[in-house]
Amino acid sequence: MKRVVANEDVCIACRLCEVWCKVQHSQSKDIIRAFKKEGQPPMARVHVEEKGPKSFAVQCRHCEEPDCVYSCITGAMYIDEETGQVMHDPEKCVGCWTCIMVCHRGAILRDERLRRIAAKCDLCPGLDIPACVAHCPNEALCLVEEKEE
Amino acid sequence: MNQYKYLIIGNSAGGIGAIETIRKVDEDGTIAVISDEKYHTYSRPLISYYLGGEIAYDKMFYRKPDFYEKKKVEPILGKKVVKIDFDNNSVILDDQTAIGYEKLLLATGGEPFVPRISGMETYEYSTFTTMDDALKIKDKIEKEDIKSAVILGGGLIGLKAAEGLEAKGVDITIVELADRILSPVLDTQASAIIQKVFEDKGVKFMTQHTISEILGENGKVTGVLLDKGENIPCDMVIIAIGVRPRIELVKDTPVKIGRGIIVDKHMRTSVPNVYACGDCAEVYDFILDNFRLTPLWPNAHVGGRIAGFNMAGVDKEYVWGTGMNSVDFFGFPVISAGYINPPEGQDMEVLIKHIPEKMIYKKFIINKDNNIVGMIFVNEVDRAGVILGLMRDKANIDSFRDEIMLEDFGQIHIPVNIRREKAALEVVA
Repeated sequence: MKRVVANEDVCIACRLCEVWCKVQHSQSKDIIRAFKKEGQPPMARVHVEEKGPKSFAVQCRHCEEPDCVYSCITGAMYIDEETGQVMHDPEKCVGCWTCIMVCHRGAILRDERLRRIAAKCDLCPGLDIPACVAHCPNEALCLVEEKEE
Repeated sequence: MNQYKYLIIGNSAGGIGAIETIRKVDEDGTIAVISDEKYHTYSRPLISYYLGGEIAYDKMFYRKPDFYEKKKVEPILGKKVVKIDFDNNSVILDDQTAIGYEKLLLATGGEPFVPRISGMETYEYSTFTTMDDALKIKDKIEKEDIKSAVILGGGLIGLKAAEGLEAKGVDITIVELADRILSPVLDTQASAIIQKVFEDKGVKFMTQHTISEILGENGKVTGVLLDKGENIPCDMVIIAIGVRPRIELVKDTPVKIGRGIIVDKHMRTSVPNVYACGDCAEVYDFILDNFRLTPLWPNAHVGGRIAGFNMAGVDKEYVWGTGMNSVDFFGFPVISAGYINPPEGQDMEVLIKHIPEKMIYKKFIINKDNNIVGMIFVNEVDRAGVILGLMRDKANIDSFRDEIMLEDFGQIHIPVNIRREKAALEVVA
């Protein structure tokens, strides 16, 4: 199972992961268009936490036992049976934030641009390497494929 | 007699949780699920969203249409279990069919508590917990000229019903016996903020009141009479005081009951091979370190999962749940878990942040061992789960006590040795 992990020793909080996550999840996937020309502002599914010189990016780590999936009141949060990834169906989400209540990593964000729904890392479907990993200048984000302990 | 290895009574959060784990560890054992409701598994908490027109009927379903087929489950829907024969490991349905089991899960849920109110026999009222309730209310609003409703009960169900009805343009009055709304879930200050959110939408509240009579004319509801004599005209009455465990099947049987079905951490009842989970059971609460009713969707699902594992022979304990609620009213988010006030007689620290102009309110309750044992988040809920994780881990928060109230509090503020998840430090090969 794939997931993105962070290495705080080399993260410099440049937030390029957020920028490229926004681009990848925009309509055009073009950086200028995404930020300037699309109707709604782009939104990242990763956020960088900072405290003094310490920083790291937090995004869904695709838990093997995902509390967000088990707690979701609608079935919007689900495990893709083929990939084992934790996925989110925005059509089924009603923005009750139960997933935010139970995600001990704090990795689920609120997307209130059109309707109120949860937003999380989807590992960039269609890309071999997720955008945040591909654009991290310091390899502070890496894609790993392994079983969780 | 049909015979199943796993027989599940209840087709909601708990039953589905059990099915999903059983299939994870036992690919072939036969499973059947029985429900007296005819519907494919659906999400009860969505009925207010459906009523308000926020979601379509086809989004009400908790799992995809091919769920039973894919999981190789026999759905026995629209049939009611009338008796359980514990001596012969079988259940009897209302059509007299008997169904045998090796392992039985009671995931029968709750039923709305309806007090006796005069006028009830003559004039219609609704409860608000099932698909049928939502369909009936929606139909009534669309066909009849419903301009106003009185909701008895200012808890989560009553308030969600109010939100749904408000979207339909119905004038609402909520009648609540306690001195404030959401009293089991929020403290005084937080419930005052939520009440304001509803009042801004035109919803009226009558706290410390109850309905003593439903009034009507020519078979139609015209209003309610409150206990202290006030008369509130309305076209519809909804009773939403709360739910109580549906345990009629195990009354006067060897299955031990208290307020709900008694289970251990393995979700086993007092009868071998019989398990229970969800709103019908008294389940473990990791904050109270005790067993009690916590009739909540996530707790029911995870309790069902744990029951499923144990039914299939995988030893697991349910230590995951406490009283915990996350809800959004009109775009205004609220989350709480554990204690909302320090329990009487216990010396605990209370941290509060209140920004009235932004309607932000946050509260943490910390015990003598420096464990967080209660949390309330109003209108600033992001990463609330980080705190719930610390509660569940019984983490000593002393070294970062000053930071937990920060708006951006997250994993970064937690010392590495306490982070449950070292992912942020993970050494990558």
